[in-house]
Amino acid sequence: MQILNENKISDFKQLESLKVQPQEGFKEAIWSLLQQVPDPEIPVLSILDLGIVRDVKINEDEIEIIITPTYSGCPAMDMISMDIRLKLIENGHKKIKITSVLSPAWTTDWMTEDGKRKLIEYGIAPPKMQSDISDTPPMCPQCKSPDTKLLSQFGSTACKALYQCNDCKEPFDYFKCH
Amino acid sequence: MNVTINQSTIQLINYTLHLADSNLILTQRNAAWCGHGPILEQDIAITNITLDLIGQSRNLYQYAAKLINEKNIKLSQSTASSPLEKAEVEVATEDSLAYLRTEREFKNLLLVEQENGDWAQTIVRQFFYSVYQYLLYEKMQTSSDEQLAGIAAKSLKEVTYHVKWSSEWVVRLGDGTEESHTRMQHAIKELWPYTGEMFLPADYETAIIAEGIAPDVSLLKEEWMKKVGDVFLEATISSSSGGGWEGATFMHSGGKNGVHTEKLGYILSDLQYLQRTYSGAEW
Repeated sequence: MQILNENKISDFKQLESLKVQPQEGFKEAIWSLLQQVPDPEIPVLSILDLGIVRDVKINEDEIEIIITPTYSGCPAMDMISMDIRLKLIENGHKKIKITSVLSPAWTTDWMTEDGKRKLIEYGIAPPKMQSDISDTPPMCPQCKSPDTKLLSQFGSTACKALYQCNDCKEPFDYFKCH
Repeated sequence: MNVTINQSTIQLINYTLHLADSNLILTQRNAAWCGHGPILEQDIAITNITLDLIGQSRNLYQYAAKLINEKNIKLSQSTASSPLEKAEVEVATEDSLAYLRTEREFKNLLLVEQENGDWAQTIVRQFFYSVYQYLLYEKMQTSSDEQLAGIAAKSLKEVTYHVKWSSEWVVRLGDGTEESHTRMQHAIKELWPYTGEMFLPADYETAIIAEGIAPDVSLLKEEWMKKVGDVFLEATISSSSGGGWEGATFMHSGGKNGVHTEKLGYILSDLQYLQRTYSGAEW
């Protein structure tokens, strides 16, 4: 009996300390859950690959996820907020706050290298870095030819332009530098 | 009536609504092209531009709604300068601001309410507006109002593409066939008299220009004329053949203060029909 009681006390103490200071690795666990939330329009990328999640804050018993929209009119933002909420609820987190911030404005420079690699595999040419001011068109994600041409500045979604490869003739999406 | 409303907040609300309204009305106009563009890629282009515009106007309406609610500006406190003179709302939201204000409360530029006409007229309207928006947002990035500065920096990236796309079309049509050239000339002649208003600050604007919140639009005119002139030159549109687009044409104004052309009422009756008829309806 005494042993059990002691256990209870130590459990209680642990809980108390949890309240004051989140468990070691708690934030990291939240980040790794967010890594599992895909972008609704380009499901091969997670919202972390895209650089949409700006910060994770633990406010007492509440988890706050700070996100920023890619484009002002991006229709996926509401869905992304809901997907984040669902993912966290699934994993036992209850108090969740999602805050959308506009500043600093999202840029494709925040896209991870891993994200860019996944884009190519998916058939979308990844964005150039903003510092790259050359006129070189994007490489064809299919046959890797550098000889491509612009068909339209606006593609299947607000964030993409439409290109065509002069070698393999495949049309492809280019994730616009933004 | 006991609450004292800060005059400069009211001016900021009116100014934010002016920016939001211009975007919303152009959105409604452009959206009519959806499924009717000359070719699929351009249909997608104009609707994507429109998506950017509605996104920007949502950010602006949300900000205006926040200011209105914070300051507790309600119908009961309506004054001549109140932004919600006739709107029958207790708590402002982005939706109530878009769907429940009347024609005289809308502060959009007259330019954006002009008809779509043919593709040339839609292009010229977009071109005039995008070049203006570009110059405006460029300056607004350094606004002393953090939220407006943030919206401007975000929107500027989008508008950069709008300027590029519409400029290319002005050149393609102007320097295209005899038919497309004639249609361009006609479109410019139709829309030119609505461009002057862009550079005339409204009363609510003047006050906040002095505070470093709004950029001084009168200072944007020269640069706007230069950019438009350069593209027109490339498009082989000259003043002599263009019906005096750069000459002393009579310029209409009033939109920024709620005095509109007869076209706005028709736009709003389409735009607001659902919310007016089935109040509070949701998808």
